[in-house]
Amino acid sequence: MTALSSSRATAPGQASSAPERGTDTHPSLGERAKGISRLPLSLARPARHLSLNLALTALVVAASVLSLTMGAAGLGLGDLLHAATGAGLSPRDEVVLYDIRLPRLAMGLIVGAALAVSGVLLQGLFRNPLADPGIVGVSAGAGFGAVVALVLGGLLPLGLAQALGSWLVPLAAGLGGWATTLLLYRVATTGQRTDIAIMLLAGIALSALTGAATGVLTYLADDRQLRDLTFWSMGSLAGATWTKLAAALPLMGAALILAPRLARGLNALALGEAQANHLGIDVQHLKRLAILSAAAATGAAVAASGGIGFIGLVVPHLLRQAQGPDHRRLIPHAALLGAGLLVLADLVSRTIVAPAELPIGILTALFGAPVFLWMLMNGKLRGR
Amino acid sequence: MLQIENLSVRLGRRPILQDVSLTTRAGEVLAVCGANGAGKSTLLKAVLQEHPAQGTIRLNGRDLASCRPHTLAALRAVVPQDTEIAFGFTLGEIVAMGRQAGSAAHETEIDALALAAVGLQGREGEDVRTLSGGERQRGHLARALAQVWHPVGPEGPCWLMLDEPVSSLDLGQQLKVMQLARGFADAGGGVIAVMHDLNLSAMFADRLAFLVDGHLAALGPPDSVLQEPLLSRAYDCHVALNRLPATGPWLLPQTCTLRGD
Ligand SMILES: Nc1ncnc2c1ncn2[C@@H]1O[C@H](COP(=O)(O)OP(=O)(O)O)[C@@H](O)[C@H]1O
Ligand SMILES: [Mg+2]
Repeated sequence: MTALSSSRATAPGQASSAPERGTDTHPSLGERAKGISRLPLSLARPARHLSLNLALTALVVAASVLSLTMGAAGLGLGDLLHAATGAGLSPRDEVVLYDIRLPRLAMGLIVGAALAVSGVLLQGLFRNPLADPGIVGVSAGAGFGAVVALVLGGLLPLGLAQALGSWLVPLAAGLGGWATTLLLYRVATTGQRTDIAIMLLAGIALSALTGAATGVLTYLADDRQLRDLTFWSMGSLAGATWTKLAAALPLMGAALILAPRLARGLNALALGEAQANHLGIDVQHLKRLAILSAAAATGAAVAASGGIGFIGLVVPHLLRQAQGPDHRRLIPHAALLGAGLLVLADLVSRTIVAPAELPIGILTALFGAPVFLWMLMNGKLRGR
Repeated sequence: MLQIENLSVRLGRRPILQDVSLTTRAGEVLAVCGANGAGKSTLLKAVLQEHPAQGTIRLNGRDLASCRPHTLAALRAVVPQDTEIAFGFTLGEIVAMGRQAGSAAHETEIDALALAAVGLQGREGEDVRTLSGGERQRGHLARALAQVWHPVGPEGPCWLMLDEPVSSLDLGQQLKVMQLARGFADAGGGVIAVMHDLNLSAMFADRLAFLVDGHLAALGPPDSVLQEPLLSRAYDCHVALNRLPATGPWLLPQTCTLRGD
C-alpha cells in the first residue's frame, strides 16, 4: 500500500479513488499468466543500456583500429602506435596512413552514422521500421541531385559555382533527397497514419523516376563527367579524401547534431500526429526538421559514397530488438552502430578480393536485403 | 474554466456541429452524451483543435487558438476513442511520455502511481500492442493521468478529456475509471468525458451535455437532461426511467421503434 499512501500525498483526489489492492480482482487469470512470461524490462533496461553503450563504443574503436592497420600496404599496429606517440613513420607509410586510410576511415564512420540515423528519422516520421532511405527512394532522389550537380554544375553562374565549390554536389544531393522525402510523405501519409504499401510503392516509383532522369543526364555528360559518374555510382569509400570529407561533413554533421533533439517528438509521434500534438509536440515543426535532417544526412552520404543501402534499415532494426524503440537512445546508438558496421563492411570489401575491391554497396545489400525480407515475413509490415 | 462559444464544425460539405456553446468549470465532471454520430467526438476534437472549427474556445481564460502545444500539454491530457502505436513501446514508456509532457515532468515516481491507479501495476515492461483492448485503454488513461497528475497545476486547474473512456472496460473497471475521473474533479481538476452509458453518466457526472444531430439539445444535471421525450427522440427507443435514492436517475431501454414507423 505504499504506492497508494504516497499517491495520497501528491494527488489527494486520485488517491482516494485508486484501486485498493485487497479488493483488486483484475486482471483476469489469463492476462496475469501472459504478464508472467514477459521480462520485467523496467529493471533490465538501464543495465542493458550501459552495456550496449560500451559494446557499441568498443565496436567503433575496434573497427577503426582494424581499418587503419589492415590493407595492401603493410602498415601494422606497431606503426600505428609509433605514429600515435609522435615517432616518425616512413614517408610512404605516412601517405598511406594520413592520405588514404585516415580519410577513408573518417568518411566511413560519418557516412555510416549518417545513413543509420537518417533511417531512424525516416522510420520515426513514417511510423514504420521499413522506411529506409534506399528503399523508399530518398537515396535515389539524392543521387539524382548529385548527378544534376555533376553534369549541369558547369551551367551555374561562375560566381555561384565558385562560392559553393565542393559543397555543390552534397548540397544538390541533399536537395534531391529533401524533395523526394517531401513528395513521399505527401503521397504515403494522410494525417494520422502511413499506408505502408503506398509508401513502398511510391518508393519504387520515385526510384524509377529519378533513376530514369539520372539515365537521361548521363547521355548529356561529357567523357570526364561520365568517368566521375561511374566512379561515384559504384558506391564506395575508395575515393575518400580530406577535401571530400570537408565537403560532406557540414550537412551530415548538422543532421547528426539535430537528430537527438527530435527524439522526444519522434517518440510521441508513434502515438499518431494528434496525440503527439496533445503531448506538447509542435508536429509540423518536428516533421519539417526530421525531413530536412534525414535528407541532409542521406544526401551528403550519397554524394560522398554513392549508393550504400540497408544500413538505415538494419541498424535501427537490430537496436530496437536490443534496447526498445525509445528514440532518445536509438539515435545515438544508431550513429555508433552504423559507423562501426560501415567501417567493418568497408574493411571486408577492400580485403576479401584484394588487391581488387568489392563495391561496399554489394556487401551491405548482401546482408541487408535478407533482413528486410525477414522483417516483411514477420509482420513487420504492420509497424511492428 | 473551459468556455466554448458558438462552436460550429463542418467536415467535407456537411455541418457536423452547429452553434454549440457551453461552459464547464474545474471541479466538474461533464459527460457528453448522444447517439452514434451525434457529434460527440467531433466536439471533443474541435476543443482539441484536431478539426478546424468556427467559434472561440477558452481554456483557463486563454484563447486556445493562441496557445502553443507545450503550453496546452501542461493543462490538459487526452485519451482518444481509438489509439494506435508504432514500434514496440512499453506501457511504462508511454506513461513516461505523458508525464514528461505535463507540469510534473521530473517526478518519475508518478509513472508507477498512475499505472497502479488504473490497476496495471507491475505491467510497465509489457509491449502496449500485446495488451488486451481494455488494458490498452486503461494504459492510455494512465498516460493521461501522469500528464496531469496534479489536478491543479502551476497554470491553474488541469483537464482530462476522455473519449469513451469506459467503452471497452468490464463492469468493475468502468466504475473504477469513473471514480478516478470523479476524484480528479473533486481534487480541483476538470473532466470532459464522452459517454455512451447514461447510467454511469448519471452516477458520476455533475452535468450532461446531450447532443442530437450536431446540436446541443440539453445541458444540465442528470435529472433534468435524462427525460423521456429527449431520449426517445435521440435513441429512437422507449426508455423506462427510475430513480435510485443513492445515485439518481437510472434507466433501462425498453422497446425499439424502427424509424419511419
Ligand atoms: N473527418 C470526417 N470527415 C467527414 N465526416 C466526419 C469526419 N469525422 C466525423 N464525421 C461525421 O461526423 C458525424 C459525427 O461523428 P462523431 O463526432 O465521431 O460521432 P460520435 O458522436 O459518435 O462520436 C458522423 O456522422 C461522421 O460520419
Ligand atoms: Mg465518437
